[in-house]
Amino acid sequence: MPDQPYEPGGAIAGTGAGGAMDLAASEGASLEQHPSAASGGRAPGGPKGTGPFGPDASAAAGGRARSLGSDAWRDLRRNPVFLVSALIILFLVFISLWPSAITWESPLQCDLAKAQEGSRPGHPFGYDGQGCDVYTRTVYGARTSVTVGVCATLGVAILGSVLGGLAGFFGGTGDAVLSRVTDIFFAIPVVLGGLVLLSVVTSTTVWPVIGFMVLLGWPQISRIARGSVITVQQNDYVQAARALGASNSRLLLRHIAPNAVAPVIVVATIALGTYIALEATLSYLGVGLKPPTVSWGIDISAASPYIRNAPHALLWPSGALAITVLAFIMLGDAVRDALDPKLR
Amino acid sequence: MGRYVIRRLLQMIPVFIGATLLIFLMVNVMGDPVAGLCGDRQCDPATAAQLKKEFGLDRPVWQQYLTYMGNVFTGDFGTAFNGQPVTELMATAFPVTIRLTIVAILFEIVIGITLGVVTGLRRGRPVDTGVLLVTLVVISVPTFVTGLLLQLLLGVEWGWIKPSVSSAATFDELIVPGLVLASVSLAYVTRLTRTSIAENKRSDYVRTAIAKGLPRHRVITRHLLRNSLIPVVTFIGTDIGALMGGAIVTERIFNIHGVGFQLYQGILRQNTQTVVGFVTVLVLVFLVANLLVDLLYAVLDPRIRYA
Amino acid sequence: MRGAPHATWVACAAALTLVATACGGGAAGSDTGAVLSSSWGDPQNPLEPANTNEVQGGKVLDMIFRSLKKYNPDTGQAEDMLAEKIETTDSQNFTITVKDGWTFSNGEKVTAKSFVDAWNYGASLKNNQKNAYFFEYIEGYPETHPDDGSKQTAETLSGLKVVDERTFTVRLKQKFSSFPDTLGYAAYAPLPQSFFTDHAGWLKKPVGNGPYTIESYAKGSQMELRTWEDYPGPDKAVNGGVTLKVYTDNNTAYTDLMAGNLDLVDDVPASQLKNVKSDLGDRYLNTPAGIIQVLAFPYYDKDWNKPGSDKVRTGLSRAINREQITETIFQRTRTPASDWTSPVLGEDGGFKEGLCGDACDYDPEAARKLIEEGGGLPGGQVKITYNADTGSHRQWVDAVCNSINNALGNEKACVGNPVGTFADYRNQIGDRKMQGPFRAGWQMDYPLIQNFLQPLYYTNASSNDGKWSDEKFDRLVDEANAETDPAQAIRTFQQAEEVVRDNMAAIPLWYQNGSAGYSERLSDVRLNPFSVPVYNEIKVS
Repeated sequence: MPDQPYEPGGAIAGTGAGGAMDLAASEGASLEQHPSAASGGRAPGGPKGTGPFGPDASAAAGGRARSLGSDAWRDLRRNPVFLVSALIILFLVFISLWPSAITWESPLQCDLAKAQEGSRPGHPFGYDGQGCDVYTRTVYGARTSVTVGVCATLGVAILGSVLGGLAGFFGGTGDAVLSRVTDIFFAIPVVLGGLVLLSVVTSTTVWPVIGFMVLLGWPQISRIARGSVITVQQNDYVQAARALGASNSRLLLRHIAPNAVAPVIVVATIALGTYIALEATLSYLGVGLKPPTVSWGIDISAASPYIRNAPHALLWPSGALAITVLAFIMLGDAVRDALDPKLR
Repeated sequence: MGRYVIRRLLQMIPVFIGATLLIFLMVNVMGDPVAGLCGDRQCDPATAAQLKKEFGLDRPVWQQYLTYMGNVFTGDFGTAFNGQPVTELMATAFPVTIRLTIVAILFEIVIGITLGVVTGLRRGRPVDTGVLLVTLVVISVPTFVTGLLLQLLLGVEWGWIKPSVSSAATFDELIVPGLVLASVSLAYVTRLTRTSIAENKRSDYVRTAIAKGLPRHRVITRHLLRNSLIPVVTFIGTDIGALMGGAIVTERIFNIHGVGFQLYQGILRQNTQTVVGFVTVLVLVFLVANLLVDLLYAVLDPRIRYA
Repeated sequence: MRGAPHATWVACAAALTLVATACGGGAAGSDTGAVLSSSWGDPQNPLEPANTNEVQGGKVLDMIFRSLKKYNPDTGQAEDMLAEKIETTDSQNFTITVKDGWTFSNGEKVTAKSFVDAWNYGASLKNNQKNAYFFEYIEGYPETHPDDGSKQTAETLSGLKVVDERTFTVRLKQKFSSFPDTLGYAAYAPLPQSFFTDHAGWLKKPVGNGPYTIESYAKGSQMELRTWEDYPGPDKAVNGGVTLKVYTDNNTAYTDLMAGNLDLVDDVPASQLKNVKSDLGDRYLNTPAGIIQVLAFPYYDKDWNKPGSDKVRTGLSRAINREQITETIFQRTRTPASDWTSPVLGEDGGFKEGLCGDACDYDPEAARKLIEEGGGLPGGQVKITYNADTGSHRQWVDAVCNSINNALGNEKACVGNPVGTFADYRNQIGDRKMQGPFRAGWQMDYPLIQNFLQPLYYTNASSNDGKWSDEKFDRLVDEANAETDPAQAIRTFQQAEEVVRDNMAAIPLWYQNGSAGYSERLSDVRLNPFSVPVYNEIKVS
């Protein structure tokens, strides 16, 4: 890694990977972990030793054997923020699968005579500019919007953080190549990319749109992940683990990833909302989802010019979008907290 | 350090060639632009052929690309369909856009980081929840609507600003557009800072600093903030492109004749010369921005060193 | 013969010349020195008269040029402007005499040569003039503008001859009795010598012979026009000048008008129409323009060109609730169409309200029946193709589809099919790739019924995008063109229009109006039939 030369410890880590590695690593773990655990406000007294090192650390410290994952899960279940967000997400999944469970009309049933009318019995959210029922469309829009938002975010987050993380960790030529590739991707204007890549697709499903978002979205997460990994791997516990001979994959997965993931989660949860909106932009360019798809983004865009006359047509789909984003931001926060040993 | 910068600058050459080639091909794939020039009617074939010849569209793509690149190195970026040289378009659009971007980034830095620090230090308090709600509004209401409402309110109802920006586009005119443009990014910056601050405020060096008896604001700015800024700086680095090239909506609302509009127009009219010219300059901006971000890493975290 | 003379589609709306008589007697409080500001869009092409085929460039040409004829803003009739007389004995050879005393704003005299040189320039292939086809009826056009892509063999039109300083002759390649009426179009404007000697300089700051002169022109941001004090014509401007400001979005222009930063917006955004009364009171214009919107069909697709297809088309037409869509979506800035022309023609000009009859009346019951009789919708679904980038077509296409779906009781009967860019849309039409009805709009070049029919429906006409072809229609149009009695010609054209109706060659949707809003400073604002403000009549206080 010519750009960021390893500290001397790193060089040793590269050479020694013997049978004593586990023990050594757990030594390092307990050394590193105790002060942190003690500093954590919520540490229930005593050296629990559930750090980023997981089972080894806990085993060495003599506590119950729990993995980082199970530990985080235990934390999560007790976190009200997590529970609320999980409930909202479950509800969104439910209406995405069975929208007709809570609606009684078709979202494509529109009567222009009722255009922009406000709330009335049986139509609590009023009508949009085409005279379609806003409530029905908001419920039906969930399927497309949640699918696009979640899948695009997951795709972007996974692809971006894997590539960015590896680039940040290994540095060198790989990093240079990847970083320059991201530069090129940043240069592609969304409008141009959409018109070129999506106009040739004839599929009427959401997948080309999601694929397109992943293609143009990963460079950003990749940069964030790279920056985060570069910082985290300077930390003492990483150096220590390296010095004690931890393998690269172990370093990345056990030590770096849990500590570097926070910015990725933050960016991804907000990006979720912007992807749902981006879907509408693409549809408006005539290259996104083909009519008569119902989605929040499309309804929000359609209602935007009429904000002065019929704000309700904008309010409800926007509100649904806001709640979805809120749920995922809360989920992200809870997951991040659960992964952070310093908060225990 | 010096060698590192030189190496990075040399890397710009392949990126430059790759990006221009990619964009060139993409605009070409969109098809024949001449059909769009005659309005809603069939272009008469002779004029269409003549126009194609003039824009060099009758030759194979690789030949077009080589000719274009050859011209670029002599400073000739070609001509837009309305007969204006692309360099002239760039000379009017880029200064405006750069000013707008500066305003937006200043907002991101000042408001975003301040809110991030405040919410990060007071997690779960009302101020944190309030900022979260504003964040949600900003994400879920399109820029078009926020921009339009601000324009109506400040420009028409209260008369504080002019609803549209004049062609001079001075900094003071760009304050409201800059805020609108920065709004979504503000949400990112705030939450990134908040998370970093919340994470780092329990770290050893902060406790040490507090234990040493340093004043609170000094601990926050010197120790806490500095170590929390890396993700934020990274984000702002990646955001410059979106701010410069993708400000179409903001530019339209406030009638700013900047890069976003020219690029959008060029793409819709499939004008290779305009699009490739503008994107080329944008690529250079990204490269420099990313280099600066990487150098800032070393400034913010002294443990990161570049050879 | 390729198509009809001088057709222009809506996107490249031809903006034509202005007023007949200058508005005499300034009202009290009007200031002849005051300058008004008006919204503008960046012209797509260099501002040459024969190269400007859209309304924004046309707006400027309107102000800085006067041609032999100009169209009366009320009646649309072509009236003499620079022409002293246009004489012909055989409808093929014309002798044109230019009035004395006209000059360009740089002092150069407007002579017969100014016209002949300008027309030769416009017709010459090497100059890339997009309106070159306007000269195709003049003898010698195939030599200066060979259609097959071969090299042009002549620089000038052999049919144009300068006789003396004020007289020139035009020889057409065929009889064309209404040729003089087309001469109001901007492409026929005279050009000063500086256009040819210093072309780049002229483009930076065009010089013409109209009531305004260009003071400064900053491409992409604004143009300052000032009243030309020594303008020799009868329609001298009553204000001090016009500042055209480029807006990339008409919404912003409208907001600027409300805030008092702009005097005139000649394109009120559809989304604001509902607020226009409260925002502007009666300072709002909504007047008919010579524009009609139709749905065309691909007759090269055998699904749309088989026995019974006409019933399906008529059924679709009857499934569209034009009244409701124009009311709700367009806030009455469109009028439901009941023929294939435009109300601006007037009854005498060939407009015949209700010519479409039942076929344009909304009747879901009849629509269902007709479509069933015609063998149902091809493929069970119609896709209305439109381009998504210009104009807000999505809205009305969605509304039309909803109307059809409701009428047929099938939610999937009709969907919109957006195409990303206008160029792509035009390419798809040119490549005959349309699979169902597609949006088509027509803005007249001059107010003649011929202009609404021949370019669109004559076999292989230049704007017959659906490639509809009908012998009877062609025969009637030929007959009408040869007719010397105008009234009889119009009757024959109307018979041809009935053929269009009986086949439902295209579904007429609505006539488009021009709309404008203006500030309290202005009075006497009006729009001509080409939906361009009559700037020289506007009084500023």
